[in-house]
Amino acid sequence: MFKLNPKLSQKLAYCLLFCSMLLTIFPVLIIIFIIVKNGASAITWEFLTAMPKDGMRSGGILLAILGTLSIVLCAISITLPIGVCAAIYLNEYAKDNLLTRIIKLSIVNLAGVPSVVYGLFGLGIFVMYFKLGVSIIAGALTLSIMELPVIITTARNALNSVPHSFREASLSLGVSRWQTIRHIVLPNALPGILTGAILSIARISGETAPILFTAAAFYVPHFPHSIFDQVMALPYHLYIIATQIPNMPKNIIFGTALVLLMIILSMSFTAIFLRIYFRKRRKW
Amino acid sequence: MLNRKIIDTIIETTIFICGILSIVFVILIFTFLLKEGLSFFKSFGITKFLSGNLWLPESDPAQFGILPLILGSILVTLGACVIAVPLSIMSALYISEIAPKTLRDILKSFVELMAAVPSVVLGFVGMVTLVPAIKNLLNIPTGLTAFSGSLILALMAMPTIVTISEDAIHSVPCQYKEGALAIGATKWQTIRRIVLKAARPGIIAAIMLGIGRVIGETMAVMMITGNAAQIPSSIFEPVRTMTATIAAEMGETVKGGIHYKSLFAIGLVLFAITFIVNFIADLFSGKSKK
Repeated sequence: MFKLNPKLSQKLAYCLLFCSMLLTIFPVLIIIFIIVKNGASAITWEFLTAMPKDGMRSGGILLAILGTLSIVLCAISITLPIGVCAAIYLNEYAKDNLLTRIIKLSIVNLAGVPSVVYGLFGLGIFVMYFKLGVSIIAGALTLSIMELPVIITTARNALNSVPHSFREASLSLGVSRWQTIRHIVLPNALPGILTGAILSIARISGETAPILFTAAAFYVPHFPHSIFDQVMALPYHLYIIATQIPNMPKNIIFGTALVLLMIILSMSFTAIFLRIYFRKRRKW
Repeated sequence: MLNRKIIDTIIETTIFICGILSIVFVILIFTFLLKEGLSFFKSFGITKFLSGNLWLPESDPAQFGILPLILGSILVTLGACVIAVPLSIMSALYISEIAPKTLRDILKSFVELMAAVPSVVLGFVGMVTLVPAIKNLLNIPTGLTAFSGSLILALMAMPTIVTISEDAIHSVPCQYKEGALAIGATKWQTIRRIVLKAARPGIIAAIMLGIGRVIGETMAVMMITGNAAQIPSSIFEPVRTMTATIAAEMGETVKGGIHYKSLFAIGLVLFAITFIVNFIADLFSGKSKK
């Protein structure tokens, strides 16, 4: 039987792997290119800062940007402290017992629950049961539970990367466990927690399904007055103008997609950049 | 001044409560779905729900057969996996074993950026570019098909699978590779016979997590699979997934009515499926860490 020379088969295999790599990253590059090419013409100062006009077919997307911003900021300020505390518990206090194993399994499963199911849950519990109505706070609470496992995991990794000897040195001086965490572990883990938080903000800015029935409104012609108001949200707005409104000018849809994409990619990019910067500066 | 010990105790109790909140949330989500789901099963039998092949929630009498929706989800997910799994694993191998250090860091960061692209953006671009292209290319009545959904979902699964299997491949101990190279194996033979085998549990975990992500994906699927609640006979027909049904119909239901509750029952099925998928993933990733 014909048998390939190992050297030749290595060359072929490397070539194949390289092509798969290209096939994996190219579609996304092309999608970004399509959005930039078709959407750039729509981006004007007015588009970013004006109210919507003419059934959203012209005017700006300021309200949608502000709506997303308020939901996301509200969500991260709920989920970040809880997530960091949970990570501290798991990394610094938890013993290897049944409870810890159940907590870890819960986190894995929270991370796996589909976003639309979070939407259902938020609708059932926050909108209906607690009677918060379709509002910023209901959407933020829903998103904060959804983002909790991600925050816990990244914060835990950050805490875990602080060398054990730091803790031992502090404890051996007679400092209490909490004081050690507060003054030694947390400051050293802060960069990692920060990058995780930025990545989370980027991720939830683009989420549509969880806010579909909990926070987002088709059209609200004014700024939100309180956290109990419905708002327009950028990803939901994009969905609406792309599917529900006839004769929508294409460049406005692409422009909206471009703004959403740029907000998210610039945040992710910042987080990745910060991570590289902090890793280089790390003293241990 | 409050005693230090008391402050410490208060803070440590708070930390403990935050620690167990995850369990509370999982139980809350489950009981909430179960409560609404059970009250739906009381008025519409569970066997009729799971085995019925008609989903006509607004007709008279209303039919809530979830079978076409489950098949829709499975078809789209399988299609996405067939595309995403081989590409992702080969990309992970390239990033981890072949790419030089700088390129490796750049590619890893890029894959992370890929994961951040929101599904509604992918859905929109798929809708205006892919859907008409598929319609013209294959000469079929509509481009809103399970296949279009699979293509876009493959893009969303790839970052997950690449990142996690790259971790698994990268953590294969150096001695394994050195041993193989020392007895004269080429680098490719080492990768294929040793590295892939050793990283297998981690790669399986990566695939399961990718599947979990695809099954739960909503917006892109809703925008490009056509949303026809019918049992598909091929991948080039419109389908409707479980997630899209919830998202598309919830807005029109009467809150508390049977249609509203039926959507929670679908949520319960989704929750159960993703629970199992993630549980399997967790088993394998536990194995790979040993």
